[in-house]
Amino acid sequence: MPEFGDIWVYLAEAPLLWLTLTLVAYLGGVWLNRKLKGNPLVHPVLVAMLVLISLLLLTGTSYDTYFEGAQFIHFLLGPATVALAIPLYDNLRQVRELLWPLLLACVTGVTVAVGSAVGVAWLLGARGETLLSLAPKSVTTPIAMGIAEQVGGLPSLAAGIVLVTGAVGAVAAGPLFRLAGIHDQRAQGFALGIAAHGFGTAHALTIGLRAGAFAGLGLGLAGLLTAFALPLVVTLFSN
Amino acid sequence: MLQGLALIFLCQLAGETLVRLLGVPVPGPVAGMVILLVGLVLAGGPGGSLRRAGTGLLGYLTLFFVPAGVGLVTHGPRLAADWLPILVAIVVSTLATMLLVGWLVGRRIPLEPEPGGDA
Repeated sequence: MPEFGDIWVYLAEAPLLWLTLTLVAYLGGVWLNRKLKGNPLVHPVLVAMLVLISLLLLTGTSYDTYFEGAQFIHFLLGPATVALAIPLYDNLRQVRELLWPLLLACVTGVTVAVGSAVGVAWLLGARGETLLSLAPKSVTTPIAMGIAEQVGGLPSLAAGIVLVTGAVGAVAAGPLFRLAGIHDQRAQGFALGIAAHGFGTAHALTIGLRAGAFAGLGLGLAGLLTAFALPLVVTLFSN
Repeated sequence: MLQGLALIFLCQLAGETLVRLLGVPVPGPVAGMVILLVGLVLAGGPGGSLRRAGTGLLGYLTLFFVPAGVGLVTHGPRLAADWLPILVAIVVSTLATMLLVGWLVGRRIPLEPEPGGDA
């Protein structure tokens, strides 16, 4: 009869353990989120991150070992990014009708999102890789990680920052739109998609289908614009 | 479903190849997304298999964030030093962006009657 310690030594190094735990932690997050009536602060991703980080620290497991298993889930971010072309295509007719107002809002929004994040953090003393990891904070994680890698930030730090951004946007949206008198669903959805990516889009869908469609559009446009423009801007500045 | 998945992977592969060939600083999957979008416009929309595969992937999009998010564990010292600027920057920038975009679009969109019950 082998000791549990021996079994642990084997399992802790095999990809299956952390792959399974990632799925289970996420499902636990989904369950908890439903119990708490969809409160955006207990988003399944945040719950899973907290649980898994605690487990890694408690068992003294390195992130590299964890990633051996979790990489199979991580890999699917790429194809999921490609798949964003489908909702973008579905909204193409609405884009053509409102092309100029939306493009203007998108360019302004992306500039403010990047500029204010980097500016505020710089004023408060952050430098270097922290700043470069903050720059893509408003775009969806797969794109943000790709950009952070391109511009010399830290992809995993960027991913964490993007997730917190989404939660902040989803929590603040209701009161903010009420105070500012922004009632149009298209405006609300587009703002959520630009400022708070996938989290914002999921939240916009709870406002209405129309808000959801415009959020998906904002997410796609902001992601594309940031992905193409930010690396060029950073290259210009660093030269 | 499998055909759709293969098509998505092919677009990503083409995207990764393209950005390396051209030496442009754009993530490969983003280029893949543009390639698929152009393909969809040319083909007049996604077939059933592609739509199922794409919807399936996007339905679990948030799950795919988890492994990268757990990577925050490797940034303990940096977070201990920089958590305040990071947090303040996130809150200020997210609220400012949302307010500005919402206001801009709300102003510029001509108000039209909301169709049906979706309003």
